[in-house]
Amino acid sequence: MWDYSDKVKDHFFNPKNAGAVVNANAIGEVGSISCGDALRLSLKVNEDSEVIEDAGFQTFGCGSAIASSSVLTEIIKGMTLDEALKVTNQDIAAELDGLPPEKMHCSVMGREALQAAVANYRGEEWKDDHEEGALICKCFAIDAVMIEEMVWANKLRTVEDVTNYTKAGGGCAACHEDIEAILEKVLKERGESFDPTAASIEKEAVVAEKKPLTNLQRIKKIEEVLTALRPQLMADGGDVELVEVIGNTAYVNMTGACNGCQMAAMTIAGIQQRLMEVLGEFIKVVPASEMSKLVNIQEASHA
Amino acid sequence: MHDIYLDNNATTQVDRAVVDAMMPFFTEQFGNPSSIHRFADGVARGIKKARSQVQELLGAEHDSEIIFTSCGTESDSTAILSAIKAQPNRKEIITTAVEHPAILSLCDYLEKEGYTIHRMPVDKCGRLNLEAYKNLLSDQVAIVSVMWANNETGNIFPVEQMAEMANAAGVMFHTDAVQAVGKIPMMLQDTKIDMLSVSGHKLHAPKGIGVLYLRRGTRYRPLLRGGHQERGRRAGTENTASIVGLGKACELAMEFMEFENNQVKAMRDRLERGIVEQIPHCFITGDINNRLPNTTDIAFEYIEGEAILMLLNKAGIAASSGSACTSGSLEPSHVMRAMDIPYTAAHGTIRFSFSRYNKMSEVDEVLKVMPDIAAALRKLSPYWDSVNNAPVTDPEQAFQPTYA
Ligand SMILES: Cc1ncc(COP(=O)(O)O)c(C=O)c1O
Repeated sequence: MWDYSDKVKDHFFNPKNAGAVVNANAIGEVGSISCGDALRLSLKVNEDSEVIEDAGFQTFGCGSAIASSSVLTEIIKGMTLDEALKVTNQDIAAELDGLPPEKMHCSVMGREALQAAVANYRGEEWKDDHEEGALICKCFAIDAVMIEEMVWANKLRTVEDVTNYTKAGGGCAACHEDIEAILEKVLKERGESFDPTAASIEKEAVVAEKKPLTNLQRIKKIEEVLTALRPQLMADGGDVELVEVIGNTAYVNMTGACNGCQMAAMTIAGIQQRLMEVLGEFIKVVPASEMSKLVNIQEASHA
Repeated sequence: MHDIYLDNNATTQVDRAVVDAMMPFFTEQFGNPSSIHRFADGVARGIKKARSQVQELLGAEHDSEIIFTSCGTESDSTAILSAIKAQPNRKEIITTAVEHPAILSLCDYLEKEGYTIHRMPVDKCGRLNLEAYKNLLSDQVAIVSVMWANNETGNIFPVEQMAEMANAAGVMFHTDAVQAVGKIPMMLQDTKIDMLSVSGHKLHAPKGIGVLYLRRGTRYRPLLRGGHQERGRRAGTENTASIVGLGKACELAMEFMEFENNQVKAMRDRLERGIVEQIPHCFITGDINNRLPNTTDIAFEYIEGEAILMLLNKAGIAASSGSACTSGSLEPSHVMRAMDIPYTAAHGTIRFSFSRYNKMSEVDEVLKVMPDIAAALRKLSPYWDSVNNAPVTDPEQAFQPTYA
């Protein structure tokens, strides 16, 4: 059985706000019975203030799907719609004290149902744009679709490349056989063949700095790296912006398709990895939205 | 209330008598059976006895047809890889869509290596089409591998007949009998089965011990080469204590065969009848009249298996599920998909598997809690109409996701 946190178990065994809200004026439905996960979120929104006065869920799914739905309704009750839209799937997972990597999609589903409900209230159309594939890297929760897209977009050739760009395979390494299979497939489609001994495309670019950086140098370098990564992010319909650097922590704004989706966490991890390689020092990349949560911003530099 | 274990197809408790038989082989009987001093004598005798106990349960003609391995998976791999190595010109393998991953993953891998894999489909009850099977048999086929009994549904395949058909076509036949051994009486010497896999931990022996039955005269290539253990057919110093344990477990399985097919079956039958009678919208999957006596697999519509298991677990009841979520994949079990069980039910399948250690009173305990568990989860389900206590009319229509 999964190693669920006590919070997940608590929300599963004692779900909050189960059932449909009467007089709901915003309804979001995501998933389908064929996928084994389906969630209907119903909200009662105050028409003047846009405050979510009541929220209810109906979920077909496993323990963590039910727990994610339950905790989501608790998080968003009392928020305005705009505030609620800022809730990320990581917020949902964090509120549950974490989810196993295989189960992160449950928190994504919660966030998507919320977006769909808000779109429904506002009379907009909401489109989901991310596809989920088989989970390949269990250490960093990275699926086959993500890896395949990165291999295509960046002409990756080796397992090391894939790890550099997506983090997949950077942990226990048990998925390297699966990553090689993806490389073989894509390279074949590109008319090349997979060579496990090929040089990593990253190698020549990485020249780590020897001396400790001043803060100004650090900011400049970070800007350079972000500029270099931007085309890649934009290809996925997203963007990144540096907001603040405090000590070793870089606060960034993820916008567009990157914002809030499961991809954001991976993208941030990828950016962090790249920054560490180029700067030759430990850098933590954090969404700027986390900044307001810090009681004392100075503490961040000592964290 | 004590915990109730109904997951015996996953693994079983080691029998006390098996543990007792094993103990001396961790302590005074520690010698290497290949040695020629007196420390080895008792150990070699222990293994010899175990071999004949296994032979007896399988109904093998010779005790040298029993090769001890490290698990059921090793036996499966050894059988298939041996067949293709011994017959390099044959590039096809026949198996079924519902085999255990021990067979299917290996076949997927061999497919990448250039082999043609025929994965025979099953009908809605999990049955094979023998006419189609007959047409697949040819001199291109290196081996047929068909499980004797399915681990999820308990369905029994007609392997004896299928082995005859393979033999008539000059094709080697292997069966993964991991779930069948100890529950179905066998007399392998009267069959045309060439190879058969056993796993100890499914019949009250320890984990990490298995057997490959290899009919005398069957062409064979070892998986592990090295010392002369198992007559050179499986090198590596013997897992002596576990081998002795498996021997004892086979002797006990022989004794309890009647019990398994009467008392154990009676518990299973009572449980599934009780569930189907008390809970609306659930059904037994598979070939109901042709199953292992200890297994039932029940699909609960409109609710999900892992959620059911978590609530059962809270009530002290252990079972398992073919739901996608329990394995971390997005698809429900390949066995359910192969039987074309509708998605509204496939995600909610629960397997209850009994052993001789279960009691009728435990069945009553499960019947007490199961209806409430199904009702509680259905209350949460968007596909269930709590007011009328029935599925929403046309669930696929009632639920209109923005995307699917
Ligand atoms: C049908 C079948 N084959 C093979 C195996 C694998 O056996 P082992 O765990 O001993 O490798 C199992 C066990 O789950 C099984 O049920």
